[in-house]
Amino acid sequence: MNWLYQPWPWWLSGALIAAIMLLLVYFGRSFGFSSNLRTLCAMAGAGRHVKFFDFDWKSQIWNLMFMAGALVGGFIAAQFLTKDPAVALSPATVSELKAYGFSAPSAMQPAELFSWQAVASGTFWLLALGGFLVGFGARYAGGCTSGHAISGLSNLQWPSLLAVVGFFIGGLLMTHVFFAWIFK
Amino acid sequence: MKQLPFLVLGVLFGVVMVKSEAMSWYRIQEMFRFHSFHMYGIIGVAVTLGTAGVYLIKRLGLRDYRANPIVFYPKEKSVFRYVLGGTLFGLGWALSGACPGPVVVNIGYGYLSFLIVFAFALLGTFVYGLIKNYLPH
Repeated sequence: MNWLYQPWPWWLSGALIAAIMLLLVYFGRSFGFSSNLRTLCAMAGAGRHVKFFDFDWKSQIWNLMFMAGALVGGFIAAQFLTKDPAVALSPATVSELKAYGFSAPSAMQPAELFSWQAVASGTFWLLALGGFLVGFGARYAGGCTSGHAISGLSNLQWPSLLAVVGFFIGGLLMTHVFFAWIFK
Repeated sequence: MKQLPFLVLGVLFGVVMVKSEAMSWYRIQEMFRFHSFHMYGIIGVAVTLGTAGVYLIKRLGLRDYRANPIVFYPKEKSVFRYVLGGTLFGLGWALSGACPGPVVVNIGYGYLSFLIVFAFALLGTFVYGLIKNYLPH
């Protein structure tokens, strides 16, 4: 059972994600996580002012349940299934990130970005900007990694391939161009 | 009770995001720097098996748990919205190191600063709804 506490191999993780997607299809739904953000806006009453949020959000409760499950799953895995959370990052990435002020991983996430101390000293605005772009971009593109890269590509949808190309254009720009400006 | 399968699948999703380390900002950086096969392996296997599964569902005319036919809805045809929206999404993905699912998983994991990412993702979604009629699609 020791394997359970180690990081899982890519093939197992990929297979489980495919299984989750296909089981959602079997239950008459589809895998698309970012729709929950629209649903939460609708629940909060945004539909009274903005037509985009004026829909029957109750039909999306199943996906909110999936989101609640993801929260619980993250908690369970952190508390009971992880012994050493330090990511075994490739040495090449470690050394490139060092140039931007990030030390080698000692946990799942870099304290330089996500600790409250970092947040208080300014990364708040980076997390805010990142979150805003993720939320705005996901709706503009009509889906996120789950809806386009997993569900859409599996259904051989051209639009999803375009979206995934966009994800990479943005990701490569941020990583290879903007990081040099942001993390000086 | 009829929502239970979705809760269970969500828990499994959360566990997989942690145990595959796909929730980690480090792994996303490694992916965008092409330093490891890990993330490509995860997405590649998911899409390969997913494509085979969707093909079989269509080919065999499989039905869902209520015995209704399974239908897949094609995405709306366009280029602009996918590339431009996708690019904005990618910029945010590489900066925060998480797409919407892993944002929530991180909060569950205990990285509560992801509540900031989540709150602003909600704001981004709202602003999109507000101005979508003025954007090129």
